[in-house]
Amino acid sequence: MVSAPNLKVATANRLGDGAVVYRDRTGSWSTRFADAVAVEEDLAAELLAAAGRDMDRAIVVGVALIEVARVDGRLQPASLRERIRAFGPSIALAMQPPGGEESR
Amino acid sequence: MYRYDEFDHAFLAERVGQFRSQVARRLRGEIAEDEFKPLRLMNGLYLQLHAYMLRVAIPYGTLSSAQLRRLGEVARRYDRGYGHFTTRQNIQFNWIRLQDAPDIMAALAEVGMHGIQTSGNCIRNVTADQYAGVAADEIEDARIWCEIIRQWSTLHPEFSFLPRKFKIALTGAPADRAAVKVHDIGLAMRRAAGGAIGFEVIVGGGLGRTPMVGKTIRDFLPKEDLLSYLEAIMRVYNRYGRRDNLYKSRIKILVHEIGAEAFAAEVEAEWREIRDGALRLPRATIAAIAAHFAPPDYEPAGGDAAVLAADRLANADFDLWVRANVVAHRAPGHAIANVSLKKPGAIPGDASATQMEGIADLAERYSRGEIRVAHEQNLVLPHVRMRDLHALWRGLIALDLADANLNLVSDIIACPGLDYCSLANARSIPVAQRIARRFADLKQAHDIGELKLNISGCINACGHHHVGHIGLLGVDKNGEEFYQITLGGSGAEDAAIGAIVGPAVASEKVVDAIENIIGTYLAERRAGERFLDTYRRLGAKPFKERLYATH
Repeated sequence: MVSAPNLKVATANRLGDGAVVYRDRTGSWSTRFADAVAVEEDLAAELLAAAGRDMDRAIVVGVALIEVARVDGRLQPASLRERIRAFGPSIALAMQPPGGEESR
Repeated sequence: MYRYDEFDHAFLAERVGQFRSQVARRLRGEIAEDEFKPLRLMNGLYLQLHAYMLRVAIPYGTLSSAQLRRLGEVARRYDRGYGHFTTRQNIQFNWIRLQDAPDIMAALAEVGMHGIQTSGNCIRNVTADQYAGVAADEIEDARIWCEIIRQWSTLHPEFSFLPRKFKIALTGAPADRAAVKVHDIGLAMRRAAGGAIGFEVIVGGGLGRTPMVGKTIRDFLPKEDLLSYLEAIMRVYNRYGRRDNLYKSRIKILVHEIGAEAFAAEVEAEWREIRDGALRLPRATIAAIAAHFAPPDYEPAGGDAAVLAADRLANADFDLWVRANVVAHRAPGHAIANVSLKKPGAIPGDASATQMEGIADLAERYSRGEIRVAHEQNLVLPHVRMRDLHALWRGLIALDLADANLNLVSDIIACPGLDYCSLANARSIPVAQRIARRFADLKQAHDIGELKLNISGCINACGHHHVGHIGLLGVDKNGEEFYQITLGGSGAEDAAIGAIVGPAVASEKVVDAIENIIGTYLAERRAGERFLDTYRRLGAKPFKERLYATH
């Protein structure tokens, strides 16, 4: 894994269903990590502040900046915890979702 | 079973209505998360890694078939088709939507269930021996006393904002299947020399960051004094328990710091003031609660033992399941059947909606409509006629729930770990799966014999790793998962905290390490010795030498 030390992504849980979401370039929230906007240090505070305003607007909860790393040319969360948040449990579930779940 | 009366149902309906209004206001943005969080937690609704998680209380692990069926319905309709039974005899749903939570609570309330007392710094849902009321070795049914404690502790105004959460466990048998010595208060029913029945009161046990075995502060407490004595303990804790440091706020720290004798003296002084007051339990009250737990009208044995013996002779797999999973019942001709939720390779403690509904059906057919949840994350059918065991086993096979591995190496306790829990540092479930697969051969597992292997994904120890004969604690070392190994723990009547055997091992080496440790046991054991017995006889040295010689 190659770190991308200065890149950060804003993540949160969507208020209504708790789904893990990422702030995208349009200022919306996406359940796909691939849609996340990654910013360097100089824009991180601004990204966090903008994301935080959506907590006040009851759109998301638990906004945080996370570190990202570059793996095979693609960005992914640096920590195992955040990779599990992004891509789901590392284990097969007793029963897969009944369908319609968006791919992360 | 205890069934909610009109007051209970009215209270739950009121609570559902309040929560529905709170959720609506939260979703409209009229209340902030900081204001909402304590309200949702008081109803068992957490926010975990992937979604909201709802923890539903199963008081003293007792469920009716209607309740289990309803849990299955909740899993199917509102979650992803499964639920996770926990080490506190509760169930958790991992994929709950906030907007659905009020409807789920309403559905649960219809069958007398809720998430109250599953979170927060209150007296939590009381746990008990899963065989209460049916165990052959029992002095008295623990559920009667658990229910009395439940009614006293629920929404107790004086104890709703304790320094920290508070857990009480109770056993009515000399064999401790409820881990009472590692709870804030453990109650063990005892028979005095004159024949009177009362409680040994154990205080200050616990796991987590600072594991401790509780101390007995009273050898014998008369039954009618139970609530006044508990109230006295709670008052002393509430008065002196630390609120300035989260890590020192549990009662075990207070008992440790001032000493069990001084703590007991404080309790006794407080108790003298209140023991003859309103909390003294009248016989009529005890009898009224006990009536809810009266044994069913068991049919006479009628050759059941002979039928069972013939069934066992005819089928070796069935015989193995009986040996591992069936326990002596107090009523002739009957048996206690354990349903393992530990199929090697599956998620410990998980049951699908179909399985929950299927077990509810089997309970109605063979177990008087009653099910128990064990803190080891298995289910129990407590009232099975011996002659019905074979048919029950067939039914369990159809549900993929007939694994004959109770108390064996693959019967692993595991917390949700980093796959679900926001507190975890490392994963528990995949490690449990890998170990269970390595020891999936039942012949080998039965040869190894009783072995409690417990895994926690962080120091909070929800997987009870400290009291596993072998314990694994997941730790994060520079972003990599490592597992600290402890040996010699026990949550039973011979309770002990396991000792760390040496440096933590990397995730990919854990299964080999467990096999290595078990190899030492197999090489060193004497006839009739369990793993724990061999460890206690030899100490850590041979285990450590062999383990680290190859790692």
